[in-house]
Amino acid sequence: MQDLVTTRHNPQIDPSMTVWGWEIPVYLFLGGLVAGMMIISGYFIFSHRYKKTDCVTYVLPIISIVLLSVGMFSLFLDLEHKLYVWRLYTTFRITSPMSWGAWILILVYPVIIANMLMDPPKYIAEKFPQLEKVKNFIHERPMLIKNIGVGNMLLGGMLGVYTGVLLSTMGSRPLWNSSMLWVLFLISGLSTAAAFVHMIAANVEERELLAKADNGFLTIELFVLALLIIGLSTSSAVHIAAAKLLINGIFAPAFWVFVVGMGVVIPLIIQLLAVNHKIKHTPIAPIMVIVGGLILRFIIVQAGQYSHYLNAHFK
Amino acid sequence: MNSISRRKFLKITGFSVGAAAAVSALNPLVKGANKLNQQKVKGIQKIPTYCDICFWKCGAIAYLKDGELWKIEGNPLDPLSKGRLCPRGTGGIGAVKDPDRLRSPLIRTKERGQEVWKEVTWNEALDYIANKMNVIKEKYGPESVAMFAHGIGGNFLKHTLKAYGAINFAAPSFAQCRGPRDVGFELTFGESIGSPERTDIENSKCIVLIGSHLGENMHNTQVQEFADAVQKDATIIVVDPRFSVAASKAKYYLPIKPGTDIALLLAWMNVIVSEKLYNQEFVSKYGFGFEQFAAEISQYTPEWAYPETGIDPELIRKTARTMAMYKPSTLVHPGRHATWYGDDAQRSRAIALLNALLGSWGAKGGFFTPVSFSLPGYPYPAYPKPTKEKLDNPDNKYPFASEEITTGIREATITEKPYPIKGWFVYATNLIHALPKEEETIKAIQNLDLMVVVDVIPSEIAGWADVVLPEAVYLERYDDLHMSANKTPFVGIRQPVVEPPADQKPNWWIAKKLAEKLGLGHYYPWNDIEEYMDYRLKAAGLSLEKLKKEGIILGDKKPIYAEEGVPLEFPTPSGKVEFYSTQLAAAGFDPIPKFKKPEEPPADFYRLLFGRAPVHSFSRTQSNRILMDMMEENEVWVNPNVADKWGLKTGQHVRLKNQDGVVSNKIKVKVTERIRTDCVYMVHGFGHNSRMLKGAYGKGASDSGLITKYVTDPLMGGTGMNVNFVTFELEA
Amino acid sequence: MARYGMVIDTKKCVGCMDCVVACKTENNVPEGHNRDWIVTVTNGKFPDVNLEIQSQRCNHCDNTPCVSCCPTGASHVHEVGNVVLVDHEMCIGCKACLAACPYDARYIHPDGYADKCTFCIHRVEKGELPACVSVCPTHCMYFGDLDDPNSEVSKLLASRKNHPLIPEAGTSPRIFYLI
Repeated sequence: MQDLVTTRHNPQIDPSMTVWGWEIPVYLFLGGLVAGMMIISGYFIFSHRYKKTDCVTYVLPIISIVLLSVGMFSLFLDLEHKLYVWRLYTTFRITSPMSWGAWILILVYPVIIANMLMDPPKYIAEKFPQLEKVKNFIHERPMLIKNIGVGNMLLGGMLGVYTGVLLSTMGSRPLWNSSMLWVLFLISGLSTAAAFVHMIAANVEERELLAKADNGFLTIELFVLALLIIGLSTSSAVHIAAAKLLINGIFAPAFWVFVVGMGVVIPLIIQLLAVNHKIKHTPIAPIMVIVGGLILRFIIVQAGQYSHYLNAHFK
Repeated sequence: MNSISRRKFLKITGFSVGAAAAVSALNPLVKGANKLNQQKVKGIQKIPTYCDICFWKCGAIAYLKDGELWKIEGNPLDPLSKGRLCPRGTGGIGAVKDPDRLRSPLIRTKERGQEVWKEVTWNEALDYIANKMNVIKEKYGPESVAMFAHGIGGNFLKHTLKAYGAINFAAPSFAQCRGPRDVGFELTFGESIGSPERTDIENSKCIVLIGSHLGENMHNTQVQEFADAVQKDATIIVVDPRFSVAASKAKYYLPIKPGTDIALLLAWMNVIVSEKLYNQEFVSKYGFGFEQFAAEISQYTPEWAYPETGIDPELIRKTARTMAMYKPSTLVHPGRHATWYGDDAQRSRAIALLNALLGSWGAKGGFFTPVSFSLPGYPYPAYPKPTKEKLDNPDNKYPFASEEITTGIREATITEKPYPIKGWFVYATNLIHALPKEEETIKAIQNLDLMVVVDVIPSEIAGWADVVLPEAVYLERYDDLHMSANKTPFVGIRQPVVEPPADQKPNWWIAKKLAEKLGLGHYYPWNDIEEYMDYRLKAAGLSLEKLKKEGIILGDKKPIYAEEGVPLEFPTPSGKVEFYSTQLAAAGFDPIPKFKKPEEPPADFYRLLFGRAPVHSFSRTQSNRILMDMMEENEVWVNPNVADKWGLKTGQHVRLKNQDGVVSNKIKVKVTERIRTDCVYMVHGFGHNSRMLKGAYGKGASDSGLITKYVTDPLMGGTGMNVNFVTFELEA
Repeated sequence: MARYGMVIDTKKCVGCMDCVVACKTENNVPEGHNRDWIVTVTNGKFPDVNLEIQSQRCNHCDNTPCVSCCPTGASHVHEVGNVVLVDHEMCIGCKACLAACPYDARYIHPDGYADKCTFCIHRVEKGELPACVSVCPTHCMYFGDLDDPNSEVSKLLASRKNHPLIPEAGTSPRIFYLI
């Protein structure tokens, strides 16, 4: 029988790590949502759907900008040395996914704005009449439009993926130490975005398409979650212990009920019935997907910090 | 909360607003510290002194950075610390910066113990004290003022009181701590162990620790030497109901049943004598009464000891043979805090006898003969002749007590026999935590006309005073010259490093001023303490300037071992090592120690054991913020089987209730395999209920509050305290 | 180039926390925070018990996840002794390094930046030993250049059984415990 006792009592570290509170999961959620929205918007542009004037691609950019800014503000709130935040932009550290992310977040804005300039919202267009010229400029150049579409899809993908990479490079937190994490974040981002856009799209065809796409994303998400847990459970002892946190440990009830049940399985069933016209589309399933996505981020961030190599804290 | 003492909320009237603001903000304390360095000296300053967190008095060097107190390191010249302080000494600056420190003299405005004060000037406080002392002298005689003092800082106050005519002085270190072992060794070798102990741990090839938990008990020199001995692969034998840190270094760990150490010692001696493993040369040359001794212990076989102690007979034999194998460099450590069961002087005598059998007295790796600097004293007028006898040990009830008995003075204060004690001076000892059965201490205080406490922090005993005098912390004051007896003669100086932050004063100033108020100023023919030190040093051909600069002046090396030619002398009645003690027999005691079965705990009760942590000193460091950052509360150690029975988990809080129904403060549980099932253990000194001691208030539980029963050693008046039993009171 | 590391003899260590107090005063570590600490590992069942007492701190690893994850370069490897340090003025307090360390050796200083043991580089560069090593009353701590085969630390590692902490985390720590 082994017993470990430590005298250390560092705030946010002991008895277990809690350095990242609500700010990070909120950012991860919003970042994933925006990433998904960018991919959807970019795809609709790339596949010429933009030619329809009620295409949701004309509504998404402003929402993306607002949500992403809220997310970045949440990130800023998490910083403990806020006055020095500008240091992020004095360098690029190739080994640091956080540095990657800092720059990706900068690059994301022009791409979304380019999308927005294809048809700026009325209240902006009224203030800046010159934007009409820009809009026409863009619409005269199909190649440019295509590139805007590609750009949104690409940067949306990078945005949706880098946070998963960031967490998974933390070898010291076994729960995050899985190659499935970026896949999970991307898929979750796509499914929450599809659910959200499905709710707000004006075009009926787009709504149907998004609901079907969401079903696809949710199905893939189930597989990804399974592979994540299986991967951890067949790895080393600390990874098995980490997986157990979700399977039958302290995070299990929240994981199974809110993430798997409410976030994936139940909305999937509802939406399958809806796209097969067995029942009417309602916002219930999409809202469940969105809330489930938020809770997924919270659980991954908290459980990840809790998972650890040394267990001196817990005695 | 202990129901015995009724404490009300502390209030300081009069200066409360200013005092409260000053107490809560640390900055004024730090700013105040610069008064000494009025032109803030830039850069690093190093000022040597000696530490006061415990009584070892290690030489230290305090560092100031740009005039601010930065850190403390050991003085490399110091033979006690050898340049490295223990964690408490290293954290000494926490004592200066302690926001709970006493700041100015206080006089109570309500009943004793209610902790309601008014801040007064030194003149007011000292006038009050002097007046009361004069009244007591008139009515009862000066012998009716007693003093409890612990530490070198009491020297000058003692001088003042002796000049006044007081004769009753005591320190808890005798009857509540090391007294029994000093007496046990005096009865055997004619000399006591001393402090620092004359143990040559670093050269010992086999070290036997009985209850002593070096490493957690942080007597600096001893721990350093212990680590040296471990490095040199010395064989360590540890006897302890608790698996201490020292036990983890031991080759043999004997998980003895509490209270049965004498049985083990007798069995060891039985093996060593019966197998003729003893140091025949030493015994034949220096021994007295060996034949009677050998005959007496022949009955105490390991098989006899086994059911009493729980230690396997073969292990008893093996460890006895191991000890004998390394003689005379085998050290059966006398321990330090020895007041356990009331038969402690005899137990210590058994340890002394075991050492005598091995011939370790005077030997390298055993007990060396200490040497010290001797400085001539300062010529003072003679003290007044006493007209009464000391009353701590009336009619020599405890015939072998070699120092005054604190609890004896307490008893006399309660009974007023043989004469009343009407005034107590308490210097730097928290009697509420130091003496057993708090109730009696409080009862005694009720009979006093004057209760004065001199302290640095608002300890529990200060809460019961009429007048509280705030002393400057050791880093802010001079003290008497330090000349401990050890392996090398040396003299050490304590000098101020920073100014006190408020109205605190050093003990020598308090003592001198009080003497002046009493009309005894002629007992202080020097104006300030540097004069006093300079005189004494000059008389020995030493320079005060040099001492102030270096901190330590070493004397010439002198021989300390028998093998170096130091003659072994035994000032006993026979002039030899007394294996059989005629003086004990004559006084009606066992001339050779006998074993008495300890009391069994009642069902569902566990014996309460207590000890030390390396980051705290007694009950005096629990408001030192640095040391509290290391250990904020004590824990009660519980064996997993016991924990299972009670449903206890590590980290949960419980209360302990003792056999007399006294309930402790809440204490955290530590479930551990490192303790027997019949006892529980906690570190002494926590569970403070002095409300001014904000940093310590309510943290952990007080073991001394649970010590309501004690057994007095008939030989020397020591108060055995490991005789209380506790059960768990789970929170609702 | 030098590669500083530590060797700690658990046979001699008594867990007295002198190293923790010395670090606190030397480096002004804020109250409630620890740059170093003691872990006591207890094995067995009473009375057959054994202890290993470890004085722990940042291991100044060779393979530093805390440096690679830092987005500003505040967390870096110092040229002297390859000691791992944090530049307070460059740190944004994102806490990635706190999460990346398998030993949880870092903490956020109340002033906002990530902080940890610095191997007392300010002392080492003046030829002194780190505060914890200098104060240890049992002389159980050794500090030196692991790349120098004649250094005390190298010799101790060669001659006595030892282990680092959590070797399976793969960070190649530079503090070794003699057993």
